[in-house]
Amino acid sequence: MTDIWNGLTRAFELIVTFDPEVMAIAWLSLRIAFSSVLIAAIISLPLGALIHFHSFPGKRLLISVIQTFYSVPTVTVGLFIFVMFSRSGPLGGFGLLFTPAVMVIGQVLLVMPILLGLTISALSGIDRSITDTARSLGASGWQNVLVVMKEARFAVMAAVILGFGRAISEVGLALMVGGNIKGFTRVITTAISLETGKGDIELSMALGIILIIIALIINLILNRVQQRR
Amino acid sequence: MFKGKGNLARILGIIIMVVALFSVLPGCTGEATPTASVSPTVSVSPSPTDVPPLTATPRFRIATTTSLYDTGLWGYLEPLFEEEYNVELDILYTGSGQALEYGRRGDVDAITVHDKPNELKFVSENYGVERVPFAYNYFLIVGPESDPAGIKGMTPEDALRTLYESATATFVSRGDLSGTHSMEKRLWASAGYDYATQIEGAGDWYVEAGSGMGPTLQMADQKAGYTLTDMGTFIAFQSDLALVPIVDEGDILLNVYSVIAINPAKVTTAKNLAMANNLIAFLTSAEIQELIGKYGVAEYGLQLFVPCAGNEPGT
Repeated sequence: MTDIWNGLTRAFELIVTFDPEVMAIAWLSLRIAFSSVLIAAIISLPLGALIHFHSFPGKRLLISVIQTFYSVPTVTVGLFIFVMFSRSGPLGGFGLLFTPAVMVIGQVLLVMPILLGLTISALSGIDRSITDTARSLGASGWQNVLVVMKEARFAVMAAVILGFGRAISEVGLALMVGGNIKGFTRVITTAISLETGKGDIELSMALGIILIIIALIINLILNRVQQRR
Repeated sequence: MFKGKGNLARILGIIIMVVALFSVLPGCTGEATPTASVSPTVSVSPSPTDVPPLTATPRFRIATTTSLYDTGLWGYLEPLFEEEYNVELDILYTGSGQALEYGRRGDVDAITVHDKPNELKFVSENYGVERVPFAYNYFLIVGPESDPAGIKGMTPEDALRTLYESATATFVSRGDLSGTHSMEKRLWASAGYDYATQIEGAGDWYVEAGSGMGPTLQMADQKAGYTLTDMGTFIAFQSDLALVPIVDEGDILLNVYSVIAINPAKVTTAKNLAMANNLIAFLTSAEIQELIGKYGVAEYGLQLFVPCAGNEPGT
């Protein structure tokens, strides 16, 4: 119990004093998760729409595969990225291993299936009567697509929130390809992993609390955006 | 419907803001290509709209055994090295086995490790230029004060034999190909056992943690078991643990830390031998050797590392 109480007070201290190291770690966590989700969204939302609005052989199978990748272990993606971006790997020439950039690349891979799959289900969830109405009012194919996308935007936003949650909370990938380098690739989750290993339970608790606060704030903001209808 | 449009515009606005924010901020850059000579930071005369030059210093990456990291030694030395050579030092902490693997792949340009047989192999295979010892201490077997297996004061080999035969007292192994794990295997071999067939999976008493020295010590502490640890990490963690030294006598327990530059002639992806040589010069310099010897003495009242500037201790 003292651990928990000390963790809470330490978290409070670190937050109100704007402890520079903790702030830098939290800020990097935020930046990496935001960039990943943003890039993943830019790719996945149109791609999801493309898949939804076209029928082609193997579509069901493709969707099943995408859904399977919702639960791909972060360390598996980490291993793949490590092998690809290691200096002796095929993409080693970019010199990106153990940098924040490669962490973003990995998280994009991690988040994309979720955004893709949930975008498809969001679009599928739109009542057919809406498209029928639009068409009867003389909407062209593209206008029709826009109508459906607009109707599905809240469900898509929920997918983005979920993707953000996956990105900011994962540790396996960040540790494997980021390397938890102090002041460079150390994010909240990898810092917690290190500090717990070193026995600094209070600092770990504090960092965990900060992570939860960040998640809470992000969700509040996104929910506000959602509710302004 | 029209309200929805405003909503979309708002989201778009947020996205644009975020993108703008990220493009201005430093970070997410790859490692800078090393320059031939280390020159002082170029100062650009600031104009009102200028963002200050943020990533002018090159980065240099090394991998270290966890014990030099968990004890805080690298955290202490890092700013000194960075200042002296005007470089951003990126330190990966991992077991010696993985550090050697990072070296073989060229993902780092130098390593600080403590696994002599594997280091000699690494150098003889030309992955490393040269093995340069820079500090040492000793391994020790720690355990609960009650010493349930009654191994206190034994030789390391006798202690292990007793643990094996009783098969009741828990022994937590690193189990991660680290230098400490490598040492443990040598101890078992010296005690007359074949590690792969007799020790691994020997029973519930033999626990393979698969993690760093700190977490392994904590696991041994929680399980009231024994473990083999390097002295530095144990001293640094001792205040959080109920474990005490049980076996700490024997020449076989010598623990030597060395620094190895990765050889670009063999590992073509290694990029910065010049800085790796700077690191070796740094670690073996009189000034830094003195700091290594003093490190932690004020805090723990005990010497964590004995400097040995390029010489093999005991020779």
